Amino acid sequence: MGDGPEARGNQWYGPQPDVAGASGYPDAPPRMGFFTDTSVCIGCKACEVACKEWNAVPEDGLELTGMSYDNTQTLGADTWRHVAFIEQSKPFGGQEPGVRHEDTDVFAAAARLGTDASSPGPGATAPPPGQAPEGAPAGQISPLSPDGRTELRWLMSSDVCKHCTHAACLDVCPTGALFRTEFGTVVVQSDICNGCGYCVPACPYGVIDQRKDDGRVWKCTLCYDRLGVGMEPACAKACPTDSIQFGPLDELRERAADRVARLHAAGVADARLYGEDPGDGVGGDGAFFLLLDEPEVYGLPPDPVVTTRDLPDMWRHAALAAVTLVGLAVGGFACRPRRAR
Amino acid sequence: MSGADAGRGGAGGGRPGREAPTGAYAGRRRRRRGRGERSMVPDASFSSYYGKPVLNKPTWKALDIAGYLYLGGLAGASSLLAAGGELTGRPRLAAPAKLGAAGAISLSLAALVHDLGRPTRFLNMLRVFKPTSPMSVGSWILVGYAPLTMAAAATEVAVRYRLLGSTAAEVASRYRLLGSAATLGAAALGPAVATYTAVLLSDTAVPSWHEGYRQLPFVFAGSAAAAASGLALAAAPTSQAGPARRTALLGAALELGAFQLMRRRMGIAAEPFDQGRPRILLRASEALTVTGAALALLSGRLRDRRVALAAGAALLTGSAALRFGVFHAGVASAEDPRYTVVPQRERLAAQGS
Ligand code: SF4
Ligand code: SF4
Repeated sequence: MGDGPEARGNQWYGPQPDVAGASGYPDAPPRMGFFTDTSVCIGCKACEVACKEWNAVPEDGLELTGMSYDNTQTLGADTWRHVAFIEQSKPFGGQEPGVRHEDTDVFAAAARLGTDASSPGPGATAPPPGQAPEGAPAGQISPLSPDGRTELRWLMSSDVCKHCTHAACLDVCPTGALFRTEFGTVVVQSDICNGCGYCVPACPYGVIDQRKDDGRVWKCTLCYDRLGVGMEPACAKACPTDSIQFGPLDELRERAADRVARLHAAGVADARLYGEDPGDGVGGDGAFFLLLDEPEVYGLPPDPVVTTRDLPDMWRHAALAAVTLVGLAVGGFACRPRRAR
Repeated sequence: MSGADAGRGGAGGGRPGREAPTGAYAGRRRRRRGRGERSMVPDASFSSYYGKPVLNKPTWKALDIAGYLYLGGLAGASSLLAAGGELTGRPRLAAPAKLGAAGAISLSLAALVHDLGRPTRFLNMLRVFKPTSPMSVGSWILVGYAPLTMAAAATEVAVRYRLLGSTAAEVASRYRLLGSAATLGAAALGPAVATYTAVLLSDTAVPSWHEGYRQLPFVFAGSAAAAASGLALAAAPTSQAGPARRTALLGAALELGAFQLMRRRMGIAAEPFDQGRPRILLRASEALTVTGAALALLSGRLRDRRVALAAGAALLTGSAALRFGVFHAGVASAEDPRYTVVPQRERLAAQGS
């Protein structure tokens, strides 16, 4: 298995086209990954639910956070997919002509709910007309912006383990519990992990974490069990808009470049790819994203670097310090004070 | 445009970042309006997701891991003093150093195992040898080092208290030889034990640990020397403690100097050292180390055991406070997205992207 890192090629840092091969799989299948296109995410959290269901991830608290519709907050031991919600005062900018609603009377449309076939009535989850939720202004549904502003932009993004090309979590794991699969993904073997916790602060994205009552660490496996039998991961399967796309990484990168070009052409200047560049600080992510704002707005680091890039230098400095320590002691014993003992 | 309106007023609640507008979250102190300009002046403002940390903070318990760093340093440097004492004919300096090394490393191993999420699986540490994992390398160093310190300490006790019974002088001298070999072996590995712990901390994404990786091993080396000298000063008679006094001075100088340099080179990742609990701990450490070194010098002049004891106590606690200060500063830097985002933004800006 990929335990022993050979100092071959770009094993530690930099572009590495053959991740599985470098980890000792001679005839590996193509590297698999995720392309999460946040521009079509609708925040339904089907991915979160599907992930929990398939992987039997324990419940980790249902909270109202005040962070828009987000109540999972961050990735962790018991949240392997996390949908971020960001509300911004920013116009859509007309990037999708034809979807502006100035001349649509949404309240009139809402009042028609249940009165014709296109808006379901009894039995549907929408409240019947005339029964506004308690506290809502009489006779209408609360408008989105009470002050009449219409330029609300709602960003949603489903975050996940990046399955880094150079994964710090895997590099620092002393037991070999974390390993590289033949698909180029990074997986924890829970029967080996001894809960030393080293991987937790090593991850530059804050993904992997320790389950307190269990002691071991957990994170997304990119549904290794499903991949093994040729199925796509649960989250991608469940995503109704194909915001989460699963496939060979090369193919996803092409598709992503295409998509970003199309968005730019349509006037969405904010669209950018995150984590797709094999030249970045972690050698590119196996799970990368199309974002509509700076990464840090979504809670992602803007320029992550795998900590082991500097490890050779760290060892050099530590060795020098060890020699210095010997020097101190030798100095202590060798230098005689001027006064006699 | 003003910031986004994620945090609706009036709801109160203690959740961090509750009032922080997404997209324009501006640190704790500095707050500035207007995200439309996409400012590249990093310390003026930065964005974050409701003020949430980017990193997951270390799960390590402070007492276990900071304690482990401290005891490892104490043990490693004590082994050097033990060997020095042995070689230069200062048995009463060597003896407490040997015992100290064995005791400290035993305690530190216990702390390490105690901190594991699955303590019964501690042997998995030796399942593989991974040069990319400082914890793996450290485990293997300890496997070699700990038994040597125990052997050195055991022979010391056995010979001293004649536990070997009325054995012939020949047998006793053979034990002595064995003890000397173990002492020298421990001294060969001791410096690695004392300094690898700096790599252990630095090889993470935690800003205040990683950014100082060039100087931190020197800080830890100096601190280890000071602690071990402190122990020797407190336990050895003044007539044989000369090397400990001088090593204390040199160690304190190295620790303080390297720490100053580190802070200056770390950029904003040095800030957590000057805030809250780390600040108190590090200030205390500095004061204690300086006092300890001064008292060590004085104890040599006055030939007074009480002064030597005080020096030892100050040096030992000073070194411990340093490890706890560094530990907590790292945790604080991981908990604040500022220390992750701002330096990375600066890096990108410098690359002109
Ligand atoms: S994102 Fe973090 S947990 Fe996932 S592979 Fe990279 S370093 Fe490991
Ligand atoms: S906690 Fe488990 S997976 Fe993480 S570094 Fe330690 S042994 Fe490896």
